[in-house]
Amino acid sequence: MNARRLFALAYKETLQIWRDPRSLAIALLMPLMQMAMLGYGVSLDIKHVPLCVYDQENSQQSRALVDRFVSSGWFSISRTLGRQAAIRDAMDRGECIAALVIPVDFSRQLATTGSASVQAIFDATDVNTTNIALGYAEGAVAQANAQIAAQWAAAHGIKPSLVGQVDLRPSTWFNETLDSRNFIIPGVVAVILALVGAQLTSLTISREWERGTMEQLISTPVTALEVMLGKLIPYFVIGLVDAGFCLVSAVYWFGVPFRGGIGTLFTTTALFIIVVLGIGYLISVRIRSQLGASQIALLVTMLPTTLLSGYTFPIDQMPAPIQALTLVVYPRYYVTILRAIFLKGSGLTDLWVPLLGLTVYAVAIIWLAARAFRKRLD
Amino acid sequence: MTAEVNDVAIRAQGLSKSFGAVQAVRAAEFTVSRGEIFGLVGPDGAGKTTIMRMLAGVLRPDAGGILVDGVDVGAEAERAKLRLSYMPQRFGLYEDLTVAENIFFYGELFSVPRKERLARSTELLDAAGMSPFRRRLAGQLSGGMKQKLGLVCALIHTPQVLLLDEPTTGVDPVSRRDFWAILYNLRESGVTILLSTAYMDEAERCSRLALLHGGQIRYCDTPARLKQAMPGALFAIASPTPRALRTAVAGQPGVLGVLLMGDRVHVRVDDPARRLPELRDLLAGLGVPDGAILATEPGIEDVFVALLGQEAPT
Repeated sequence: MNARRLFALAYKETLQIWRDPRSLAIALLMPLMQMAMLGYGVSLDIKHVPLCVYDQENSQQSRALVDRFVSSGWFSISRTLGRQAAIRDAMDRGECIAALVIPVDFSRQLATTGSASVQAIFDATDVNTTNIALGYAEGAVAQANAQIAAQWAAAHGIKPSLVGQVDLRPSTWFNETLDSRNFIIPGVVAVILALVGAQLTSLTISREWERGTMEQLISTPVTALEVMLGKLIPYFVIGLVDAGFCLVSAVYWFGVPFRGGIGTLFTTTALFIIVVLGIGYLISVRIRSQLGASQIALLVTMLPTTLLSGYTFPIDQMPAPIQALTLVVYPRYYVTILRAIFLKGSGLTDLWVPLLGLTVYAVAIIWLAARAFRKRLD
Repeated sequence: MTAEVNDVAIRAQGLSKSFGAVQAVRAAEFTVSRGEIFGLVGPDGAGKTTIMRMLAGVLRPDAGGILVDGVDVGAEAERAKLRLSYMPQRFGLYEDLTVAENIFFYGELFSVPRKERLARSTELLDAAGMSPFRRRLAGQLSGGMKQKLGLVCALIHTPQVLLLDEPTTGVDPVSRRDFWAILYNLRESGVTILLSTAYMDEAERCSRLALLHGGQIRYCDTPARLKQAMPGALFAIASPTPRALRTAVAGQPGVLGVLLMGDRVHVRVDDPARRLPELRDLLAGLGVPDGAILATEPGIEDVFVALLGQEAPT
């Protein structure tokens, strides 16, 4: 290992990145765009479900119930209807995916029997959305019930505490607002780093073959290890800058709580970047055309990171064989680590299992990459 | 070879290389002495580039040994690479780097001390007439300037052996002249140069030539001795219709070969004393004036065709 040769290679590579619009775009613009797209586009929460209301009574109490739905933030009223048949029309036209029907004797029933029924109708063509909306509706009704029960008790001279009612007080930890964005954004960071990192290095060796510069380079005393490190160092710096950008925007733009230590974050992120750069480099050594290398890099980073890393699809709900498969999917470890650092504030010692997985991966990839490049034409 | 080992810059023994079923190089043997300009000449596909690549240590021979400046390339390719410089046929420098950046890069790869690198690059760029273009991107240079830059980068670490694969192909005459001026200067300072060329006038400038055909070295000697080795004698016939003349002469008894050289036809015959009158008769019949036929010294192209029985690569 010769420091001058290493520096010369890294410097040359930096100049080339700087002068290549395509590399620059991947390095600097791609993380920006993906952060915006994935950060805003991917959310498992549903807000402002369009709701049609057919309030047959229109009393103070029926309006209070409707307010419960609206003030939760999960629903917004798209139309107020005057007859039952209009619900079907409104759903057909896509004006609402939920409808609330309040009977004409709603408040009278409440007053006499202490209970009343309302009808909620859902458009179940999108099962996922419907299930979530149904959950929200139940929540809104439960809140209304609690209030009604208290009022009823007061009206009948019974102390509220004496009413035989189970009072469940759910307490959620680590993601108190139950915002799926807090859960997803750390995963988005992993996806972006994997994509960008592997894309950049996948071009680095194949570009030399394609442009005919490799033959001259391998006729010099430069070693394979120097070539690898000299090429990876600039991309490692770019990877860290990209990671910094993604993580800062996760915290300050998307408002994901950050409870861990910067040192923990830096260490694990650096490790992950080494893995993805190594994978890109390995592909680049094997495939001598830039286009081919970039395609393969996209395939081996995109699929496992989005599908098998647990970034959107929870790993513990996958079938057992697929769960076993995720053990060799490197982003899985980083997604786990990032979530733990962000939401739980875990330190390196808490994270030793995924950290070990990532370390083993990094060592293996770099070992393979260092041996893959041969200074020969055949 | 009786030369001392110290005087041997390159020695190839039994060098062979196949690509699949194609035998690109077959048992090639040659020795290049220190300070020689040694030329590899042969048609496309003769194995010139393959030999160059094996000498440069970027392609592993199937069989045979190579010694470059006393170092066994097969066993210690990396140590040999410190002593040689290889310029591939296709432009191998970085087109998105400037002239100065390319020179810096190759200087650093060979760990040339900074002062030496600066002094040497100034000297080489001046010799190549390229000093005003230091800050120009290599990709924006003309073909001739690219090749000269390639040479400057190849020479930045003062190699003992220089391997140039068709260095002047596609280069304008002025740049070719500059290029050769640099090569002659190098030879003066004891650098050994091995080059392949498709230009016969360049082959003539080499101290020795290896004539390659079908992956084999058919002849290897100085240009002068190769000319002597050419069987028969040569006549040049000037004609306004050289193609028609070539066809007419080709079938005549005693004519070993006919070669079109611009507006003249080179005719090689087995026995000049006997064949000259016969040719004169033939030419008279064709209406070609008597003074059009002259005995001539063979050029390397004549030798090439005569020895290899085949058209020259130009």
